[in-house]
Amino acid sequence: MRSLIILGLGLLASPAIAQERPVLSVYTYDSFVSDWGPGPAIEEAFEANCACDLQFTALGDGAELLSRLRLEGPRSDADVVLGLDQNLIAAAKDTGLFADAGLADVAWDLPIAWDDPVFAPYDWGYFAFVHDAGFDAPNSFRDLADSDATIVIQDPRSSTPGLGLLLWVKNAYGDDAPRIWADLADNVVTVTKGWSEAYGLFLEGEADMVLSYTTSPAYHLIAEDDDSKQAASFVEGHYLQIEVAGVLEASDEPDLARDFVAFMAGDTAQSILPTTNWMYPAVTPEGGLPDGFDTLIEPQVALLYPSDEVPEIRDAALDEWLTALSR
Amino acid sequence: MADRAQPLIRPLTLLGLGAGALVLALVLGSVAAVAWRAERGTGLRPSDWAALRFTLWQATLSAIFSVALAVPVARALARRRFRGRTLLVTLLGAPFILPVIVAVLGLIMVFGRSGWVNAALDAAGLPMVSIYGAWGVVLAHVFFNLPLATRMILQGWLDVPSERFRLAASLGMRPRAIFRQIELPMLARVLPGAALVIFLICITSFAVALTLGGGPRATTVELAIYQAFRFDFDLSRAALLALLQLAVTAAAALVALRVSAPDAMGAGLDRALRRWDQPHPAFDVAALGVAMAFLLVPLGALALRGAPHVVSLPPEVWRAALRSVLVALGSAFLTALLALPLAVAIQRLGGIRGRTLEVAGMLGIAASPLVIGTGLFIVTFPFIAPDRLTLPVTALVNAVMALPFALRVVVPAVEAVEAQFGPLATSLGLRGWARLRLLILPRIRRPFAFALGLAAALSMGDLGVVALFADADAATLPLQLYRLMGAYRMDDAAGAALVLLALSLVAFWLFDRGGRVDADV
Repeated sequence: MRSLIILGLGLLASPAIAQERPVLSVYTYDSFVSDWGPGPAIEEAFEANCACDLQFTALGDGAELLSRLRLEGPRSDADVVLGLDQNLIAAAKDTGLFADAGLADVAWDLPIAWDDPVFAPYDWGYFAFVHDAGFDAPNSFRDLADSDATIVIQDPRSSTPGLGLLLWVKNAYGDDAPRIWADLADNVVTVTKGWSEAYGLFLEGEADMVLSYTTSPAYHLIAEDDDSKQAASFVEGHYLQIEVAGVLEASDEPDLARDFVAFMAGDTAQSILPTTNWMYPAVTPEGGLPDGFDTLIEPQVALLYPSDEVPEIRDAALDEWLTALSR
Repeated sequence: MADRAQPLIRPLTLLGLGAGALVLALVLGSVAAVAWRAERGTGLRPSDWAALRFTLWQATLSAIFSVALAVPVARALARRRFRGRTLLVTLLGAPFILPVIVAVLGLIMVFGRSGWVNAALDAAGLPMVSIYGAWGVVLAHVFFNLPLATRMILQGWLDVPSERFRLAASLGMRPRAIFRQIELPMLARVLPGAALVIFLICITSFAVALTLGGGPRATTVELAIYQAFRFDFDLSRAALLALLQLAVTAAAALVALRVSAPDAMGAGLDRALRRWDQPHPAFDVAALGVAMAFLLVPLGALALRGAPHVVSLPPEVWRAALRSVLVALGSAFLTALLALPLAVAIQRLGGIRGRTLEVAGMLGIAASPLVIGTGLFIVTFPFIAPDRLTLPVTALVNAVMALPFALRVVVPAVEAVEAQFGPLATSLGLRGWARLRLLILPRIRRPFAFALGLAAALSMGDLGVVALFADADAATLPLQLYRLMGAYRMDDAAGAALVLLALSLVAFWLFDRGGRVDADV
């Protein structure tokens, strides 16, 4: 009987303990929480000071994150969403599920000005074609289309980098984009469903170049001590991907949620991200960029569509892409 | 049939109908849930019909090639006895159960631009071959589906009563006559079903066609569903596309089941299949040799690539492997629970009602994984935290997707048992559970175990249809493999791929083995 009472007390007591440590639920993409991603280090660093329990929920990628939020609606348990990019911002705002992140006066180190009150960047990168060091890489899409160089790209309908390439070409060439795609068609070895397949094919030697990020060579250099991979610098400029975090309107821990978004822009998180997520920090940490990042190409022109224009441009560009590559 | 006299629906039939209803509810219910949740819709577009055409084209091509090429391989396996034959039959299951990415990497290690074949061609001064484009699609399809086709057709050969070949031998029949009199009728019965299953698989397993297809020409309905979800969050369009896919599948299934000829084989005594006709082995050796090289060399390449990295795999990979094993066992168990009553009910109902029930049971394969996952999410989310359902839902959905394979081998087996022993059993008063336990189960043990092995192995390699039921700490092995690749860790990924391959094979082998114990009564 006594043990029953103790058990009962224990059951009563456990919610009280839970209340002492509020739970902050963060939805993010899958690779963020993997043991090789930033997740574990970010969780430890944030929990050290927040007196809370940070819980990640991992979904496939940014597009799946947004789908899940739309399905859950205001009933969602999520307090913070981490991992949308600027291409998804317009659709995300349309849902009316997000509140202002409340992050003002941050001196962002982004290639563009950032004044979105709802979403706060945490890292960013340029799309680029990655190749082996000995390869004489083309320096523009036109040059690439005229060359014999082979590339592996991702399908824009199922992959974030694939969509990035679509917008990159459209932004650089406008109405000429269909012609560039038509000329690129014979350079394209294949179009994969996701980044992993494409990068895997490239590493197995199936193509001269693969669509990835300018920061990809940093992984090989820093983690594998392998300086054989380089990114090709294109004179048109490179399209940006900016990854952002947002606070949900329906969050039951709004203050904690904003603290977390601010933490992601702070020095601790920003020092963790470059060598775990392999992207540029949104605010350069005090210690500067990690060794090896100085060897990366630095595009002269950063290309980006305003996020509210993306949905319309994207649909038109996709039709052009399908038409050009289906011939 | 004897059962028709029974006015009341008997418990096993009821269970079978229940299993069919469960599959239908899961498949159609998820589409309905997605449609119900839809806010706005744009309907189908012209490009969707193009996607449907390509889907049908690649699935048809794949089914024809795989089945046609599987016949000589299955025949060689059926009429030859050699050391390592059992192992070979088990290994034949391997390509089919590999995650796409792993299999594709294995293929390109052999057939790719810097693969072995091209290295050899280059050294010989010959032009290189490309595995991308239409040729790549066919190659990958045959790689994936030839083994399955071989296994299903081999099953057909093994089901031929040994006495028939004994009789044929005593009559001095030539191989050609044996083929015409015994084997051709068997093939006419088995091939449509085998082709159907492969056709159905290829309707949704589009990733191969996409990876090696070489561009947006290779657009399938499943990819259009992706687009509806990711670009427009247009749930009504996604539901429409899913229905289109289901309708095509159901139509194909009905046609194929109609053309399946009834089993005309007489009863036998279950002796091990022994053949007296041993024509010149050149053809069989060639068929086996080519098939083995084609199927096993890419697997060998994978093994060579992954082996050095297996010992240094991070502990998370092993935890993920354990989770995958549990899901696979759960999936095999659920497949057994669904397939057995379904098969009995299909046999008892017979005729068009039985076929309809069978089509219902086969619909799982044609369901869009994305739609089924989303539908389940919509239905369960108000009641239970999604991440608590990840593994059970994965096991259930995998079971429903493995069910068509199970039915294709178990239903004919049950029908054969009933045709041969049904009247005797009925006259002995053997009914219901006792009949199931004493007559049917022991007789269908071999195909049944094969089906469960396939279910377990398929489930092991499944990437998870439940993308929305994420649980950060409950990744299965295929998911962990993608995480490794996403983190650029291709070496560890190769090691994990080898573990996945080995686990899938072991799961398949254990079940299959269990079914073959004492098969030689």
